[in-house]
Amino acid sequence: MNTLDPRIQRLNLKREANGETQTNSHLVTYEVFHQEKRGKQAVHAGIVHAPTPELALMYAKEQYGRRGKTANLWVVKTSEVYTFSSEDEDVFETVPEKTFRDPAFYKVRDRIEAFKLKNTQA
Amino acid sequence: MYGNAFISPEEAKRMNEQVEDADKLAAFEDRITRGEKIEPGDWMPAEYRKQLIRMIEQHAHSEIVGALPEGTWITRAPNFRRKLALIAKVQDEIGHGQLLYSAAETLGKTREQMLNDLINGKSKYSNIFNYPAKTWADIAVIGFLVDGAAIVNQVINSKGSYGPYCRALERICYEESFHLKQGHDNVVYLATGTPHQRAMLQDALNRWYRPLLHFFGPSDKTSVHSEKLMKWKVKLASNDDMRNQFLDQYVPKILELGLTFPDPNLHKNDDGVWEFSDPNWDEFYEVIKGNGPCNAERIAVRKYAEEAGRWVRQALLNPSDKYVTPLA
Repeated sequence: MNTLDPRIQRLNLKREANGETQTNSHLVTYEVFHQEKRGKQAVHAGIVHAPTPELALMYAKEQYGRRGKTANLWVVKTSEVYTFSSEDEDVFETVPEKTFRDPAFYKVRDRIEAFKLKNTQA
Repeated sequence: MYGNAFISPEEAKRMNEQVEDADKLAAFEDRITRGEKIEPGDWMPAEYRKQLIRMIEQHAHSEIVGALPEGTWITRAPNFRRKLALIAKVQDEIGHGQLLYSAAETLGKTREQMLNDLINGKSKYSNIFNYPAKTWADIAVIGFLVDGAAIVNQVINSKGSYGPYCRALERICYEESFHLKQGHDNVVYLATGTPHQRAMLQDALNRWYRPLLHFFGPSDKTSVHSEKLMKWKVKLASNDDMRNQFLDQYVPKILELGLTFPDPNLHKNDDGVWEFSDPNWDEFYEVIKGNGPCNAERIAVRKYAEEAGRWVRQALLNPSDKYVTPLA
C-alpha cells in the first residue's frame, strides 16, 4: 500500500476489505454514573460495553473521567435498570398542582394582623 | 470532528413517500415545535429513526477515521509538548466515536453492526479524512480548521431534537474546544516561525482549502433540501449557512497571519455572504464514491485493527451474554 505512514507501510495491509467481519460479539451494556466530588449525587453520564463489571469501570474511567473532577464512578448493567414507559409520563402530571406541599402555599400573616387588630380594638 | 452528512437524491425522494400514523406524527411534531427532546423510548417516525441512525453513525465513523491521519504524526511530533497534546486529542476523538456509537445504539442499531458497515463500506464517514496529512503543518491545519469546521457543525446539531445525540454533542464540544485552541497555537507558531515553517504551513493551507469547502456538503442550490429533516430538527442549518459561518469565523484568523487561500475570488460581500470559486464538486462526489487519495488506506487500517484485535475480544467474550440496547 502506498502510504505516508511508516507504521502502516510496515503492516503490509491487504488493499481491499473483503467484508469478513465478526458477528455476535456483543459485550454487556452498562449504564455509567459519575460522581463529581464527595457529597454530590452520582449522575447518569452514559454507557460502556464490557465483558465484566471490573472492565466496565476501567472503560468508564477512560470515557467519563477524562476531564474535570471525578470522585467516583458507578456502573450498573442496563438490563438491571427498571424505568417507566415514556408513554406513562402523565402519571407525574398532577405533582406540580399539589401546591399544599409547597412552603410558600402557607401564608398566615394577614390573619395574624387581622387578629391583632381585632384584639387591640376590643 | 465531523463533516456534514450526505443524503443521496434517491433517498430524499423516497423519504417523502413514507406514511405514518397521523395522530402520533402530529403529537411528535408538536413536541419538537415546543422544543422538547425526543428520548429513545418515545414513538418516532421510522424515517426519523433511520435518518438519525445514518447521521449519528456517520459522525461516529468520522471520529474514528479522523483520528487516523493525525495518529500518523504522533511518532513524528516536533517536540514533547506537541506530542502530548496530539496524543490527548487523538484519544479524545476515539472517545467521541464511542459516545456517538452509544447515542446511535439507542435507536436500535448495534455497535457491532455499525463497525462492520464501516469496514464493508456500507456506511460513510466525512470525506475530508480521505486526504493525506503530508507534513506537520497539516496537523496544525487539521487541528485548527477541520476541528473549527466540525465545531460549527456540532454546536448547531447539539440544538437538535434527539436527546441522546444532543447530550453526546455537548460533551464533545466541551472537549473539542481544547483541540481548536491547540490547533490555533500550532498554526500561529508555524506562521511566526522560520521561512521554511511558513512555507510548509502555506502549502498545507493550499491543499486543505478545497476539502474544507467540501466539508459542509454541496451547495443548497444543488443539494437535496429536506424540509422534513429541518422540521424534525434533525438538520438545523443549511449547508451554505454553515459553510458561511465557518468562513466568517476562520478566514480572517488565517489572513491576519499574512497567509492566503489559493482562491482569488474568496471574499466577503457587503451582505455578509462569502464568495468563493467553484471548489470542484465532481471531486467531492468521486471521493464519496471511494476514489479519494486515502479511502482505501483508511478502510484497510480499520479492517486490520478489527481483525488483529479479534482474538482479544473473543477471549473476553461470554457466549451467553446478550446485547442490550442502552437506555439513554
